[in-house]
Amino acid sequence: MADARDVDGWTCPVPLRGHDRIVMGHGGGGKLSSELIEHLFVPAFNDGARIELHDAATVPVATGRLAFATDSYVVRPLFFAGGCIGDLAVNGTVNDLAMSGAQPIAMSAGFILEEGLPMATLAAVVEAMAMAAATAGVQIVTGDTKVVGVGQADGMYVNTAGIGMIPEHVDIRPGRARPGDVVILSGPIGEHGVAVLSTREGFEFGTDVRTDSAALNGLVGDMIAAFADIHVLRDATRGGVTAVLCEIAASAQLGIEFDERAIPIPPAVAAACSFLGLDAMHIANEGKLVAFVPPRGVDDVMDAMHRHDLGREACVIGRVVADHPGTVVARTALGALRVVDVPLGEQLPRIC
Amino acid sequence: MKYLDEFNDPGLAASLLGEIAAVTTRPWTIMEVCGGQTHSIIRNGIDQLLPDTIELVHGPGCPVCVTPLNIIDQALSIAALPEVIFCSFGDMLRVPGSGSDLLRVRSEGGDVRAVYSPLDAVKLAADHPERQVVFFAVGFETTAPANAMAVHLAEQRGLDNFSVLVSHVLVPPAIEAIASSQGSRIDGFLAAGHVCSVMGTRQYEPLVERFSVPIVVTGFEPLDVLDGIRRVVVQLESGQARVENAYPRVVTEQGNVTAQQMLDEVFDVCDRNWRGIGEIPRSGWRLADRYARFDAAARFAVDGIDTPESGRCRSGDVLRGLIKPSECAAFGVECTPRTPLGAPMVSSEGACAAYHQYRRLSVDEISMPPTSNHRG
Repeated sequence: MADARDVDGWTCPVPLRGHDRIVMGHGGGGKLSSELIEHLFVPAFNDGARIELHDAATVPVATGRLAFATDSYVVRPLFFAGGCIGDLAVNGTVNDLAMSGAQPIAMSAGFILEEGLPMATLAAVVEAMAMAAATAGVQIVTGDTKVVGVGQADGMYVNTAGIGMIPEHVDIRPGRARPGDVVILSGPIGEHGVAVLSTREGFEFGTDVRTDSAALNGLVGDMIAAFADIHVLRDATRGGVTAVLCEIAASAQLGIEFDERAIPIPPAVAAACSFLGLDAMHIANEGKLVAFVPPRGVDDVMDAMHRHDLGREACVIGRVVADHPGTVVARTALGALRVVDVPLGEQLPRIC
Repeated sequence: MKYLDEFNDPGLAASLLGEIAAVTTRPWTIMEVCGGQTHSIIRNGIDQLLPDTIELVHGPGCPVCVTPLNIIDQALSIAALPEVIFCSFGDMLRVPGSGSDLLRVRSEGGDVRAVYSPLDAVKLAADHPERQVVFFAVGFETTAPANAMAVHLAEQRGLDNFSVLVSHVLVPPAIEAIASSQGSRIDGFLAAGHVCSVMGTRQYEPLVERFSVPIVVTGFEPLDVLDGIRRVVVQLESGQARVENAYPRVVTEQGNVTAQQMLDEVFDVCDRNWRGIGEIPRSGWRLADRYARFDAAARFAVDGIDTPESGRCRSGDVLRGLIKPSECAAFGVECTPRTPLGAPMVSSEGACAAYHQYRRLSVDEISMPPTSNHRG
């Protein structure tokens, strides 16, 4: 991304001579802030068209309905097996949009940086964001940077917001769940949470599990093209698949029943859960969705999912019922029944 | 998955259940001692699948649940000190003391950290010589060897800034207390497999002789638990009372001799107060005199803290198997995971929490044909 202002061998993505770490001035609105924007953010996020920097980005839109979502990212460690806070921040917001059936058209990125953060770390995160955005087919068009003192942030925090267009005739929301709807899960669960936990201080353990972080808008687009009347979509992030099922059951005031044996859990995730005393159903995913589809659309939706890389292992896990409104019930592997509920707070590894 | 899928096989479970049903002619009451077994039973619905005449009652083997209130309050006092890094197993963090819990102490500025191993706390002490690192050494015989090793290492490395708040408890004296308590209706015990992996099975012979109850050392996966139950019932139906090892892939008669030597080196047996149950003679470990300088209660002068238990919480009756959690008047009303009156509602292995998590609807209210699996 050579620019007329790039002089004396500025290189992307390490933009700031004399500063290999973030200093307070990078958030101060002065020259250092400008340099960060011009030499790091713009080259990474702009697709090549020359842009005019302004307080707000302008985005042309067609008529119809817009989806609008925001999310903040505070993951520790910043880098983990298969990903980092940067791709999470892009994929997470793209997925929030996609769960209303929307295709993303523009995003913002806000950074809260801790003084002393290595510039190379920021550059690597920004590059990961740029790659994730390109993969999802969305542009990051506006942003903001603030710097806080040492000890006031965990390296860096990222906020993203995004807007997307919802195709005509698509109406996907929790309130549309109906008795008889079939519940589909897009693939194996638990990978993101286990990948992050395995690298967290105090819990390091050897595992090949990598985050499943991925933008789901492509998969959702294929699903909608195959069958537009999908009732509910939800990505199974914090709280895992359990949280999705419980939230939908509560908000639609319907019962949900699922078969524990139908839930695909990778062996390495099952092993980690077993020794840490965690439940894979509660563990966060960053590239998995749960779909509620009326029976007449199930075959088409499943076919479309199986043809997409991110839905190849999609499976039916249960169905919506009119009984026990607000409650999720599982049939255990042994054939007994139990109520499924979200844990109170974060899951805590057990003693023995 | 080795040991996960195999020990969760529905077909084998059905045949074990069939054997149990075929051999059972009378009502029997069986206690699973360990909270991990309780969790497995409730999570998998094993008690629903057994013949109606077999009742499972849940024992005191949840280390979080039986740690007395005064020790929790001591931990909270130490954790709030500015010079202290307080390290604990994760599931102790939410256990309520008389006025707070460790998560709240952390939110108020205390440096409270969840670790997976006490050796991580030793490393923290070495890395932060300017801070005092305290490890909350709770649990049964299972966790004790690693905790003993941590103290031993700290001594070897001359780490004067490391200490442990010890509240270790022992399984055999608890079984003895339950079996000899008035009104005990336990016909047989499933002993805790992981405790026996350390201590072996020999400790249980005197109990079997004295109380004429079968004790079967049992694992934690669904098939382990079913096999343990089957063996207890077979003994009961034939009038036997023996120690049996149904977990031989992990447990031997001698146990882990190296670990036992480490325990002898670092700990001395002592009388111990059990939350909800009261004092049981010679039922715990304290630091041996030669390691007394690693005692956090003495170092931070909190050993005077003594707190009475809540009068409304019947966790003692639950832990002794006298009532089911749902038979407590406070269950699910004033006592929930959000507002626990007692520790069994907090720990993932606590019987009250397991009932609250998995059993809020009675089985009659839910009925479901198996979902057809369209998995592609």
